[in-house]
Amino acid sequence: MTQSNAVTTKKVISRTSGIQESDYRWGFVTDVEADVAPKGLNEDIVRLISHKKGEPQWMLEWRLKAYRHWLKLNAEEPKWANIHYPAIDYQDIHYYSAPVSKAGPQSMDAVDPELVEAFNKLGIPLQEQKRLAGVAVDAVFDSVSVATTYQETLEKQGIIFCSMSEAIKKHPELVRKYLGSVVPYSDNFFATLNSAVFSDGSFAYIPPGVRCPIELMTYFRINQADSGQFERTLIIADKGSYVSYLEGCTAPMRKSHQLHAAVVELIALDNAEIKYSTLQNWYPGDKEGKGGVYNFVTKRGKALGKSSKISWTQVETGSAITWKYPSVILQGDNSVGEFYSVALVNHYQQADTGTKMTHIGKNTRSTIVAKGISAGHGNNTYRGLVKIMPSADNARNFTQCDSLLIGDKCGAHTVPYIEVRNPTASMAHEATTSKVNDDQLFYLQQRGIAFDEANYMIINGFCRGIFKELPFEFAMEASQLLRVSLEGTVG
Amino acid sequence: MNKVQERSQEVLAIRNLHVSVGEAEIIKGLNLTVNPGEVHAIMGPNGSGKSTLVNALAGKPQYVVTKGEVLYEGMNLLAMLPEVRAREGVFLAFQYPLELPGVRTWQFLKSAVDAVRTHRSLKELSVREFDRLLTEKIKIAEIDSELTKRSLNEGFSGGEKKRNEILQMLVLDPKLALLDETDSGLDIDALKIVAQGVNQFRGPSKAIVLVTHYQRILNYITPDYVHVLMEGRIVKTGGRELALELEEKGYDWIREASGVARE
Ligand SMILES: Nc1ncnc2c1ncn2[C@@H]1O[C@H](COP(=O)(O)OP(=O)(O)OP(=O)(O)O)[C@@H](O)[C@H]1O
Ligand SMILES: [Mg+2]
Repeated sequence: MTQSNAVTTKKVISRTSGIQESDYRWGFVTDVEADVAPKGLNEDIVRLISHKKGEPQWMLEWRLKAYRHWLKLNAEEPKWANIHYPAIDYQDIHYYSAPVSKAGPQSMDAVDPELVEAFNKLGIPLQEQKRLAGVAVDAVFDSVSVATTYQETLEKQGIIFCSMSEAIKKHPELVRKYLGSVVPYSDNFFATLNSAVFSDGSFAYIPPGVRCPIELMTYFRINQADSGQFERTLIIADKGSYVSYLEGCTAPMRKSHQLHAAVVELIALDNAEIKYSTLQNWYPGDKEGKGGVYNFVTKRGKALGKSSKISWTQVETGSAITWKYPSVILQGDNSVGEFYSVALVNHYQQADTGTKMTHIGKNTRSTIVAKGISAGHGNNTYRGLVKIMPSADNARNFTQCDSLLIGDKCGAHTVPYIEVRNPTASMAHEATTSKVNDDQLFYLQQRGIAFDEANYMIINGFCRGIFKELPFEFAMEASQLLRVSLEGTVG
Repeated sequence: MNKVQERSQEVLAIRNLHVSVGEAEIIKGLNLTVNPGEVHAIMGPNGSGKSTLVNALAGKPQYVVTKGEVLYEGMNLLAMLPEVRAREGVFLAFQYPLELPGVRTWQFLKSAVDAVRTHRSLKELSVREFDRLLTEKIKIAEIDSELTKRSLNEGFSGGEKKRNEILQMLVLDPKLALLDETDSGLDIDALKIVAQGVNQFRGPSKAIVLVTHYQRILNYITPDYVHVLMEGRIVKTGGRELALELEEKGYDWIREASGVARE
């Protein structure tokens, strides 16, 4: 394996940035020694990442293919989304940052106590004995998976749940078969970038007929300053299996923007079901719109087998910019795709989010329920495409988009595209835009409920249909996130 | 000391109240005193300002008090936020209860009770304590307990909404209940249930202002006074028999007698 010595890594200690803003509870920075590649992107950096992770040649070659493709794109990001931001300097980003003590902890004791502390602050139960029953956690800190818990319990059932790096080494046949099979490296600008430089992520494989007994969870966190996070997640549900997967995200408060360009691929074989839930709470920037995460994410599932089902539920409250469209390719006959979303923007946040349902198989069904909440100067766009291919006899889609406006400086936009190439398709679309109603507010106040609380109750009610799709504890957390994100927006 | 003394005298003292909605003055110099234990019925033609009066008392922002004063248990009611009025014991049963999609009735009631209790320096109820309280009141209001699992008033029938208002009153246990046409749109059985709920609530320390168009409810809830509200003022006050007279003769004779112009 060729390894370039032109690039060396250095050890740095990250320090707390000077931003004082108490509203974002997750804004602390952790002092851990990190192994950081110099800023910038070139072929050597790609090789370095691959080498650092001890990857096989095929993986390096795939990365390089992606990198070379990315070069051809000439730093031309997609322009069609309703988002506005200054040009990103791709040479001003660290593409690799790993906590130093992490040389693959063999047990919980081997994990850097600073890290454990950080995760404790995040409310993530990293220590085995303290863990919430029924949640297996894969924690990705900056770009490296720190610890995967519950692995043994899962292994007994043949379930693989590990970091992507580990999967590349231990399960190359699965990774080679499915990586890029849903989101090819050439898919879009950010997916291409991710394919070249992804550093870690989560991998899950559920064998035939197995119902994953616990919820799998990955908690993502960006710590290192000026570092991008490019994780890559791959989940494969084999025939007749079921898995519910949770993903949570936070980042420290930083004055500069942080880039997050992840790729998630899901594959459901015959009669398999994947339920993927996200709470996205990356740092949204301050009240003036300074700082915050640029969240450019490609998430797509392939309902490959017959009667398979893929369901995305997302609660997006964080990030300065959110650009993501968790989608489903409904390839198997009778397969089902779902997208349930709450996207909240406040202050100067921008979200352009939605889904793409591509119906290929017969009798395929998709459901889209998107709730957008706009407050402050926030700008929220729902963008969705429902595509019925000629082969998709009797395809059905139901789409509902509701927007709620708080104040009069925010924006809400709905951009639904429909492309029907089979006359047997049946489509239904509903859309509403509303404001929090003064009479409703007064009704609640008249029962003793404070104005702010009344607002929160109404907005929470607006989201309830989505929250109920989340596992219970996640739903509670989503409600809580909503409350925190809305603080000071009403009145 | 002073306050306590007043408290035992008047729950509500309204003096020369003027209320405007937008450009229009709706309440034009209204006086009313309600003592503990009393039930006051307010009747009057459509658009005479009955709802305006009770909503202004509850603090609805669009209803602007331009003149006059309102003492509630000796306190300046008009200086309080709507939620504070509620916590102090002012309850309004709405003529048109609002629907709140996604807000579970149970959750809402629990939050309301906790807000009121916290205000009174009582500790919040545990789920079990609250459920016990709720079950007891549900029996009185004869409401299907399944309704409390649904979104507040969403898809409730007209009668269910009205009974739900009574349920809320019973659960929150206010001191002053303003009931705005809680008897409208009810079938005979439901009317009896609502009346029964109000009578359960009625007591020596409670005060009730009951807005209605029909004397029938007064067969079940005997009022101490019946007032006629017209053109933003109370133009006549009598006892139970006044309601019967109104039913028989309508409002024209009062209009003539009190010199109120026909619109
Ligand atoms: N929010 C409002 N905006 C404009 N006008 C209003 C508003 N609320 C009340 N009004 C007007 O004030 C007048 C009194 O209305 P109010 O609802 O108090 O009457 P009411 O006596 O309760 O009538 P009803 O018996 O029909 O319930 C009416 O002319 C009504 O149109
Ligand atoms: Mg009225």
